Amino acid sequence: MKKGGNDEHQGSSGYHRRRTTKFGENFEMTYQDMALEAVYEAYKDAELETKDMDAAWLGTLSPGLTGLEGDAGASLAEPLNFYPRPVTRVSAYCCSGMEAIRNAAFGVASGEYKIVLAVGVEKMREVPPRGSLVARHVHETHPLLSKGRTAPGIFAPIATRYFHQYGYTKGTLAKVAVKNHFNGSLNPKAHFRSPINEETVLKAPMVVDPLGLFDCCPTTDGGAAAILTTPEIAKDLEKDYILIKGMGLAVTYGYFSMAFREDNDFLGFKSTREAASMAYRQASIEDPRKEIDVAEVHDCFTITELVNYEDLGFCGRGEGGKLVSEGVTALNGELPVNTSGGLKSCGHPVGAKGVRMVADVVNQMRGRSGKRQVKKADIGLTHTLGGPGSIACVFVLGRP
Amino acid sequence: MIFASTTSPYLEKQASTLVAMAADLPVEIFTADHLSSIRAGTAALKSAMDAVKAGSSKNILAAAVDSRRGEPGSDSEQLFGDGSAAVMVGCTGVAASIEGIYSLSEEFMDAWRKQDDVFLQKGYAAFVQAYGYARIVKNCVEGILKKYEMKTSDISQFVVPAPDSRSYTRLVKSLSLSPGSFMEDPLLTTVGDTGAASPLMLLIAALEKAKPGERILLCSYGAGNSDAFLFQVTPEIERLRDRRGVAACQASKKPLTNYEKFLKFQSTLPNEPLVPYSSWALLWKEKKQNLQLYGTRCKKCGTFAYPRRRVCQKCTAKDQYEDAKLPRRGKIYTFAKDHLFPNPDPPTVMAVVDMDGGGRFYGQLTDCVPGQVKIGMPVELTFRRFHQGDGFYNYFWKLRPLD
Repeated sequence: MKKGGNDEHQGSSGYHRRRTTKFGENFEMTYQDMALEAVYEAYKDAELETKDMDAAWLGTLSPGLTGLEGDAGASLAEPLNFYPRPVTRVSAYCCSGMEAIRNAAFGVASGEYKIVLAVGVEKMREVPPRGSLVARHVHETHPLLSKGRTAPGIFAPIATRYFHQYGYTKGTLAKVAVKNHFNGSLNPKAHFRSPINEETVLKAPMVVDPLGLFDCCPTTDGGAAAILTTPEIAKDLEKDYILIKGMGLAVTYGYFSMAFREDNDFLGFKSTREAASMAYRQASIEDPRKEIDVAEVHDCFTITELVNYEDLGFCGRGEGGKLVSEGVTALNGELPVNTSGGLKSCGHPVGAKGVRMVADVVNQMRGRSGKRQVKKADIGLTHTLGGPGSIACVFVLGRP
Repeated sequence: MIFASTTSPYLEKQASTLVAMAADLPVEIFTADHLSSIRAGTAALKSAMDAVKAGSSKNILAAAVDSRRGEPGSDSEQLFGDGSAAVMVGCTGVAASIEGIYSLSEEFMDAWRKQDDVFLQKGYAAFVQAYGYARIVKNCVEGILKKYEMKTSDISQFVVPAPDSRSYTRLVKSLSLSPGSFMEDPLLTTVGDTGAASPLMLLIAALEKAKPGERILLCSYGAGNSDAFLFQVTPEIERLRDRRGVAACQASKKPLTNYEKFLKFQSTLPNEPLVPYSSWALLWKEKKQNLQLYGTRCKKCGTFAYPRRRVCQKCTAKDQYEDAKLPRRGKIYTFAKDHLFPNPDPPTVMAVVDMDGGGRFYGQLTDCVPGQVKIGMPVELTFRRFHQGDGFYNYFWKLRPLD
């Protein structure tokens, strides 16, 4: 495969077999169990095993929060007995999973490794919410700047400004929740599997006004794994594979400075726009709305999905609300988004869900999505947004 | 800078240094605290006057504050109010000149708080009423008038803080003050007894209405001690008319309708403990940013940054910046009302504010009615206690609505 540097390495990172654990409250599984389950499902699907792997990347925010291992790649090596192969722990807030895949792809593209693992795992439900890593704003990080900020508190001011600027209401946000919960109800691996209606969303208690309970994704346990190689090797091994056609990662603001930057309009994320433009350039995507068939985007909160549509070029600025209202992004729409149920319904294990998104899009492309299967899935997109939107990762996936 | 209080945050650790830092005073100054008497406000005023008079200081900032806790259900709980007041003492351009002083000091047990007492203890009421406040303040007022050969009719306004309305009425009667020469209500029914802050707060309230040439007599009291000051108002008073004084602060009040919240604010009822990570080793390095509100301005392209940056966020010039203050006032760009963050009075309103003159701030909005917060609302930064991370009080700036 060709190496980057000339925007040509896309379309060449062959890539197959990605599996996920059930997402949810996995009280019966440890962090290491989830890593192991996800990897062995991928092995089974690809008919490969640990001896075929040259290296691994682990995308995770806080492997040491619970369990036996620390904040290093050893958290994956230990349950797999992957020793002495290299395992790199990758941490990029909510982009950690996709960032693991991106780095694994570069490992293969460099020619150093032939077949590698990219795994995302997160254990979040073992501790009460205040002890969870999403409560880190309250008890950790800078003692003064932004103290008072919570995870939903990062995104709620975007909803406030979005409503002010474009005249949308909570009713528009509710349509995102209803759509994603419906999709999740069809996904046996989703955290929440009950469809909901708009009234339920609008009557739910406020979490961070204007975001209510059903505007927020849950904290979730989960693991997901992907196996990557070059298209040549995949072909030689006679594997059914999917190509990474473009990968963009952009870091645009700091964890705290984002809220203090005057150039942040609180109507979207510069990081997503930059990452998308990198990925689109590599994959030669000119009109994402027309060319992309199916997408998994970062819907940590309902408002986030709306601004993602705009940042990813699915519609113009201010038209995200219109897009969901018109059903364009519904399962049977012109550009189905979050057919898995999204973070909203499938769940949000920080490090795992980026790998899970890729697995879901790949399953759509391989026609293995059951009741959620979309008609046409030749070009797929995945997108994660990290921290307060300061990092974004976008992949364009395609058939060989 | 002199600080006065009976409820200073620390038993050991000066508060005046923090006040001086937040007020952006230079480090080459003298700071001191006057503590443990509710007449500490006038003790600070006297110390400041003496230092200016002696020529050892040119200008002294005297700030008095109290937040005293009354036992739930007690008279004190109803009578106490939290408040603060500050005056500048100098030798030129003064709005009121100090024409005379007089003090009395006598050991007297009418109210006290021992090291381990949470609430104020009070002496035998009948005896205290007969021989405490009313007697000693009367003696002090008469003493200063006699010292400077004046009659009560020479004074335009008597300014006398009081522990309660009954004692105040008794004092005013015993001095035979004529109506109009004293405050009908020394803020007791509106603000309450603000302890060490009360003499300075009442003085400021009187100065807000005073005309040049008028004489004001201020007399404080605290457990047997009384300080009297004779002021003459000067034409310079007109320069201070735009200050936010007592009347404006009272006008901006927000009623707290829930007694449980009051008890939580007073820490009489326990709050969800907020003891997040903190480190003075970190905050010490950042005090110019966090306490004095200095951001950076790039010398190459002029871009302002708060929080401070060594590399310019626009032109990436390294270490080519000068200190530039974040403006204190601005307008809300966007906001959210957070029901998750620990707060005795939820929701915590977090606001993104575009400051007038440039710069953006993101932080907690306080003293607000959450339902009335709007995009475009004018707000200002106000210095507040934040939490007890690492075991000490962490202070920072919050936003509050500008009325």
